[in-house]
Amino acid sequence: MRYLVVLIFGILPGLCLAQDWEDQRAFGDPGAETTLRIISSTDTSFFEPILASFVAENPGVAIEYLVTGTAALDGLFRADPEKFDLVISSAMDLQLKLANDGFALRIGGVAHPDWAEWRQSLFAFTTEPAAIVINRAAFNGLEIPRTRQDLIHALRDEPERFHGKLGTYDVRQSGLGYLFATQDARASETYWRLMEVMGGLETRLYCCSGEMIDDLASGEIVVAYNVLGSYAAARKDTEDTLEIVLPSEFPTTMMRTALVSNEAPNADAAIAFMRHLIGVQTRRGVDHPLPPLDVAKDSAGRSTIALEPALMTYLDTLKRRRFLQEWESAIIQQR
Amino acid sequence: MTEAVQASGSLRNRLAITLIGGAAILAVLLFFLVRSYAAQIAQQGQDRILGASATSILDAASIRDGVIEVDIPYAAFSMLGTASDDRVFYAIYQDDRLLSGYPGLSLPDADLDGNGPFRTVEFEGADVRRVTASRTLIGADVRTVVSVSVAQTKDALAGTLNRISRNAALFGVGFFALAALLSFWATSTTIGQLMRLTNSVTRRGPQDLSPFAKPVPSEMVPLVSSLNNLMGRLDQSLSQSEDFIAEAAHRVRTPLATVRSHAEATLQRVGKEENRQALRSMVRAIDESSRAAGQLLDHAMITFRADHLERQDIDLVELVRDLVVRLTPVAEMKDIALILSGDKTAPFSGDPILLQNAFRNAIDNALKYAPSESSIEISVSTSPETSVKICDQGAGFPPDEIDNLATRFARGPNSDGIIGSGLGLTIVRDVAAAHGGTMTLRNTPGGGACVILSF
Ligand SMILES: Nc1ncnc2c1ncn2[C@@H]1O[C@H](COP(=O)(O)OP(=O)(O)O)[C@@H](O)[C@H]1O
Repeated sequence: MRYLVVLIFGILPGLCLAQDWEDQRAFGDPGAETTLRIISSTDTSFFEPILASFVAENPGVAIEYLVTGTAALDGLFRADPEKFDLVISSAMDLQLKLANDGFALRIGGVAHPDWAEWRQSLFAFTTEPAAIVINRAAFNGLEIPRTRQDLIHALRDEPERFHGKLGTYDVRQSGLGYLFATQDARASETYWRLMEVMGGLETRLYCCSGEMIDDLASGEIVVAYNVLGSYAAARKDTEDTLEIVLPSEFPTTMMRTALVSNEAPNADAAIAFMRHLIGVQTRRGVDHPLPPLDVAKDSAGRSTIALEPALMTYLDTLKRRRFLQEWESAIIQQR
Repeated sequence: MTEAVQASGSLRNRLAITLIGGAAILAVLLFFLVRSYAAQIAQQGQDRILGASATSILDAASIRDGVIEVDIPYAAFSMLGTASDDRVFYAIYQDDRLLSGYPGLSLPDADLDGNGPFRTVEFEGADVRRVTASRTLIGADVRTVVSVSVAQTKDALAGTLNRISRNAALFGVGFFALAALLSFWATSTTIGQLMRLTNSVTRRGPQDLSPFAKPVPSEMVPLVSSLNNLMGRLDQSLSQSEDFIAEAAHRVRTPLATVRSHAEATLQRVGKEENRQALRSMVRAIDESSRAAGQLLDHAMITFRADHLERQDIDLVELVRDLVVRLTPVAEMKDIALILSGDKTAPFSGDPILLQNAFRNAIDNALKYAPSESSIEISVSTSPETSVKICDQGAGFPPDEIDNLATRFARGPNSDGIIGSGLGLTIVRDVAAAHGGTMTLRNTPGGGACVILSF
């Protein structure tokens, strides 16, 4: 089993590195005078309707949509900010740091709730909770856990049933996984206890939610912790097999954010796209796969991770090193 | 007569400009004071939070196995959240080596120069406020200094400052408007006192030289008292000169009468024709002198009485009739008829002595300048206004000089060989004026002069 873990560690980073895009798609007239380059961590299938409607409304603009992991995206964009027009990512902390470091263009006059934007340069456009996704078959005869605490109990009660069949993000590679992990750790000690239990059961680590859900659907693993529920819900084929649990004791909810590069070659088109995106995502009742921004909730009492400079705390090298050490010692136990 | 007084600036303007200018300077001063004070306070607020942030990071520094660990608390940056979403930078140094954060945010050496831990510096193309704090950590066998810099852009601060500036400006403008209003008010009340004095000077009658008795502000007391002083002296010298004239006329008249009676007596006794001729012209000259003296006396008396007019209820018709009766013998000597016509009675309030004097002078003139065997018509009427008209059938006033005849000592070209002093019409005019009326000279179309006194 340890070999498998090593195998995953060895191969997945290579797969997730961005020289080869996870996906690379073009929308609109290939001969259009401007081509927006959007670098994103969101699967094309989620974005397709928005991209398609934008190029339909703006015939002079074509879009090149490039998908990669959150961490790789951050590195690529920092290296060449002039090569991309828009940056879309679910790793709020990395995005905020990009804006803080002056990579984002300020866009005036966007009517957006204060909690959903930062410095008029970073705009949130979805509200998505982290979920525990469970393969129902594996819990045959067991009650489906509703909280992390329940999950810990279930795992402790029948370790053999779950051994090697748990999955979560490899927070060293996935920006979103790191964000969820740090926010969980900040919220409660339960996180560490869960990690220790999961580490004891040789949890598999994934770079990306897509693969994790694939393995869940196939029964390779039966519990995935801190996956984006929206990804699981979007899979029509898994509706019956998978149960999406939003842990009820403290939900961790992130917002997908977008920014226009300060050195965007097509800044005007990028701003137009940003307005289009925000417009689509804040209008209620639009039916497409990307979850909308939950604008109805007022800022008080929301459990969403706040867009604030504090997000940079866990990006600090010392802090990150320390967190990863703890995380590794919890989940990769030297057995 | 009245010479234009030279004006050098306006007291009101000068006062208003001084006050308003002062208020403007004060308002501007107030604006800058309030703003700089508020800016200082706002900056202190930001500094305090930055300081707290840096301290909390520093507190989280520890040595574990000889390695520095800094477990930055989430609150350290969370507390730096502002309404304007200010950018946040930080750097953590161990001795002079950057451990983590933004390189170039601070050089540890530069912060030991004793200028306090807060500094405004430029970083990443923005003005940032930076705080630096350090702490010595002592491990098992190491001793090392950890320093932390936390910096934040000043967007929220600038927003606050703008708001404060706007309010301070409003405050300053309000203050200025109020002060300007107050200074207008102060100016006009101050000038109002002067205006009131000016009014009471202008309203006075031409002869009123009594002192001002109304209370005035203390600053104006010297002015008013010297004005009173001046008028007192003027009054005194006027009455002195009138007294003098009256006295002089009186003193001349009495000996003249004596000389005249001697001359008449001598005339009876002298038989030689050329001597009689000389004596006759002497008597004539004496008559002329005594008449002039009499008129001077009358004029002085009129000037005096006009100042202190004593009105009585009289009947003008009766007054004129008395006069006609008295003058009839003189008129008969010249074969001139005095005809009284007009209303039966004309009640009037005035000084009878002055009025009689005026009418007599007018009738005298008519007797002097009208030819023999003519008549003089004297008519008194009450409507449309009370007036007395004395018309003769002579040659009339010399038309070229009709406007000047009432001037003191003015005599027309037709007065050659006729006894007179040039004061007759002056007396008539002054009496009319003292009663608030006018004298008009007019020549009737059929020939003859008319003197009309209307009240
Ligand atoms: N009734 C009149 N008819 C014609 N001229 C007159 C008559 N009354 C006055 N005057 C003219 O007015 C001048 C001024 O008159 P008045 O002041 O009485 O002085 P006088 O002593 O010379 O009469 C006279 O010199 C004379 O020329």
